[in-house]
Amino acid sequence: MTAMFLSFFVLGAGALGTALAGRTRVGRIGPFAAVIGAASSAVACLQFLLKGAGWDLILPWHVPMGSFHIGMDALSALFVLLISLVGALGAIYGRGYLGHDPEKGRVAMSWCWYNLLVASMLLVAVARDGFLFLVAWEVMSLSSFFLVMFDHQKDEVVRAGWIYLVATHIGTAFLLVMFLLLGHDGGLDFARLSASGPVASVVFCAALIGFGTKAGFVPLHVWLPEAHPAAPSHVSALMSGVMIKTGIYGILRVLIFLGEPVSWWGWALVVIGVVSGVTGVLFALAQHDLKRLLAYHSVENIGIIALGLGIGLLGVTAGNPLMATLGFCGGLMHVINHGLFKSLLFLGAGSVLHATGSREMDHMGGLIKRMPVTGATFLVGAAAICALPPLNGFVSEFLIYSAGFTGMSSGTAVWSGLAAIAGLALIGGLALACFTKALGIVFLGEPRSEPAAEAQESPLSMQWPMMALAILCMAAGLAAPWMVRLVMPVAAQLAPAAVNLGAVAASQEMLFRISLASLILISLAGAVFWLRARLLRHRSVRESVTWDCGYAAPSVRMQYTSSSYAQPIVEMFGLVLRTRRELEPPEGLFPTKATLHTHTEDLFVRGAYGPAVRLISRMADRFRWLQQGRINLYILYIVITILLLFLVCLR
Amino acid sequence: MIYSLLFVFLALAFAPFLMSVINRTKAFFGGRSGPALLQPYYDLVKLLRKGAVYSRTVSWIFHTAPSVEVAAVLAALAVTPLGGIPALLAFPGDLLFLVYVLGLMRFCVVIAALDTGSAFEGMGASREVQFSALAEVALLVGLAAVAAKVHAVGLSDMCREAWAGGMFGENGVTMLLVSASLLVVLLAENSRIPVDDPNTHLELTMIHEVMILDYGGVDLALIEYAAAVKFWVLGSLLVSMALPFRGTSQIGNLAAGLGGLLVLALVVGCIESVMARLRLVRVPQLLVVAGVLSFLALFNVMR
Repeated sequence: MTAMFLSFFVLGAGALGTALAGRTRVGRIGPFAAVIGAASSAVACLQFLLKGAGWDLILPWHVPMGSFHIGMDALSALFVLLISLVGALGAIYGRGYLGHDPEKGRVAMSWCWYNLLVASMLLVAVARDGFLFLVAWEVMSLSSFFLVMFDHQKDEVVRAGWIYLVATHIGTAFLLVMFLLLGHDGGLDFARLSASGPVASVVFCAALIGFGTKAGFVPLHVWLPEAHPAAPSHVSALMSGVMIKTGIYGILRVLIFLGEPVSWWGWALVVIGVVSGVTGVLFALAQHDLKRLLAYHSVENIGIIALGLGIGLLGVTAGNPLMATLGFCGGLMHVINHGLFKSLLFLGAGSVLHATGSREMDHMGGLIKRMPVTGATFLVGAAAICALPPLNGFVSEFLIYSAGFTGMSSGTAVWSGLAAIAGLALIGGLALACFTKALGIVFLGEPRSEPAAEAQESPLSMQWPMMALAILCMAAGLAAPWMVRLVMPVAAQLAPAAVNLGAVAASQEMLFRISLASLILISLAGAVFWLRARLLRHRSVRESVTWDCGYAAPSVRMQYTSSSYAQPIVEMFGLVLRTRRELEPPEGLFPTKATLHTHTEDLFVRGAYGPAVRLISRMADRFRWLQQGRINLYILYIVITILLLFLVCLR
Repeated sequence: MIYSLLFVFLALAFAPFLMSVINRTKAFFGGRSGPALLQPYYDLVKLLRKGAVYSRTVSWIFHTAPSVEVAAVLAALAVTPLGGIPALLAFPGDLLFLVYVLGLMRFCVVIAALDTGSAFEGMGASREVQFSALAEVALLVGLAAVAAKVHAVGLSDMCREAWAGGMFGENGVTMLLVSASLLVVLLAENSRIPVDDPNTHLELTMIHEVMILDYGGVDLALIEYAAAVKFWVLGSLLVSMALPFRGTSQIGNLAAGLGGLLVLALVVGCIESVMARLRLVRVPQLLVVAGVLSFLALFNVMR
């Protein structure tokens, strides 16, 4: 508890210091405050995780309907852990990333918002009062908005910022409705929030839209591929790895309020999960902007998390404890695992952007030789997000798959099991295509442009966080049976009746076997590699050019590009993706020039939001005559309004 | 246990032999006498004794990938059962480990291909990831159908119980549908005709062979061996689903399973002899058909 307060104090002081004294020496405390603050909140949740002592604290706070009520339980601890970890690593990275920025004032302000973002996310996770929660939620949205607007001279960044601001406030509107429905007798204290019957279903829908906007469920995800690439990379890592998970946290918290679930809630999450997963990965495949690709993958992974939680809920309603346990644990572990590998990948993308000044994948290549640490850690992240053993992504997807198989083989939840298995299989195969593309085009082969050829490894302060995250990805994969103990109490909190000792033991047993198999895999790889090295030791090992059908002067422009690599799959799903191509084919006997541009706009932006926004602005145009730009007219409006109010009150 | 171990040793020793059976069958159809039965072994020994030539473009990924591929396929072998013979390492959910470890193998092949920076290898890699994404759905849904039918989530249990009702029992239709789907998956995953032609010599049309163009010597031997073991692994799954024989004695089961694998190699040889490879745009359709077969099997279970 003390550690948590210390954390809020340090983060607040950091924000204040950088905001007030940004251009002086004091302004440099930003990253240090973030690291110390995050470390002390990590201490707070480790105290809980190791000792198991939750706490609850109500401080006097003079606001109507609200109280300063915070607390720590298993669910909060899980998210506090993730926030502190990525928050601290992101701050260390950010110090190197923003270190050479000439505009010191802008950098100092960004650290103010960074500290506020970490603090508000922590507050979201520990708040035990609806009003306090909404305040923290709003501070979180605003501070991340200002972080996205870091490069506010660029038009695309401003556009992304506004889309994000609008989206997040639509979400908040639904949350307000949700809390009003949940609250009784004027208070919004979490202990007293509840709903039953049809109201519960309405609350669930409001939560799904409100929190789903933050989490990035399809079709509410449109802000994500805009805002995440626009932000500085350590902020993208924090937003994509952690902030969108607060949406998941909110849904889980509401599920606890609502008590006994209804089966269609589970189905809703399963459907959202599969749709988000498949659309996310498909649109990711069609991108050639590295950070945009990663942002779409966040949509995919949020889908996988939703799928796991939905299967868990269906396990509860179908009375299948093992399925419920596996589903919830898989979804919750994916929250942590995705937080680890997605922040790693965003930090890697930031490192590439730092070195080459570009996010365009088709301008890169061969970076693994020039940036060995970035390349190797990106490889780990890519393998983890493709759910390849022995890394952590595999473990959580394994649990969700197993939940599906359990539902299927026991005959209790056959259709949802099928949805989970078929959905995850398709997502998995496409994710592998997408990340071999990201890794292969950016880091392997020959550099495709001058900046890529001259790229240099990022400073140490940027390398350390990436290495730490890569090691954590490997450790979390091998230590899965212990990792699952972190999330098991949360699963028990969500479904006290379903998560019993037998189910827990069965799922832990499965994970032990997975860890064993993974260890065997690693030792086999080591042994074979050693054998190969031994065989080659005294033999001639020469270097030559890559085989290109006997053509001995290959040029870098002959390499496959990200667009050509993804083309068959993009074509196959053309109905959904609708990629626009501008082709200028080679002409004449001696063609000198040919160009091809492809652009894949988001299906929902083009099909739903674009028309909706155009309709609204057309309607708004009708009221243009009200706005004449004359002060006296506006004063007249005010007078008329006051008169009308008088009339209403007098009546 | 002892038979599981025996099965693994047999796989390690005779996986290349299956390749030789396929080649011999094709030679028979072509009216040739064909390569010696031990030719794959001669090739492996020859390659293992060579040095290496690497492209200047490649990084450490290219050097490490073949070892990881062999390790991955061996780990897959450890969870592979054959009919009534359980896997060496059987546990609930092991089928997911099998599928994803094969995914790891594919990941390594693909990134090693992209590491060379060659347009041809990029082309092969692009095709490989497209086709395997579809094959993975067919494979997992097919296995899910079996899981739903026999009420088990471990691969060894599933394979043992696959034909629990006897040859004309109620499992028959499901198993045949799943087997048909798995056959297509096997052909696609092992780059056989009609998906890919292992004997082609035109880089533009290849998939698997083009991805390993830049390898030679020890590394190529490792890759060839891994490919043979992969055929054995997926073949064992297919034989377990398709072979309606479960004896009481383990030795009988093992013999039947090995016989099944031999027949499978003959069948693949026949398919390769009588069919041409499909045009590349047709391959996804074939894989979708495999997926549909898997879904049909599942609907048949739930009927």
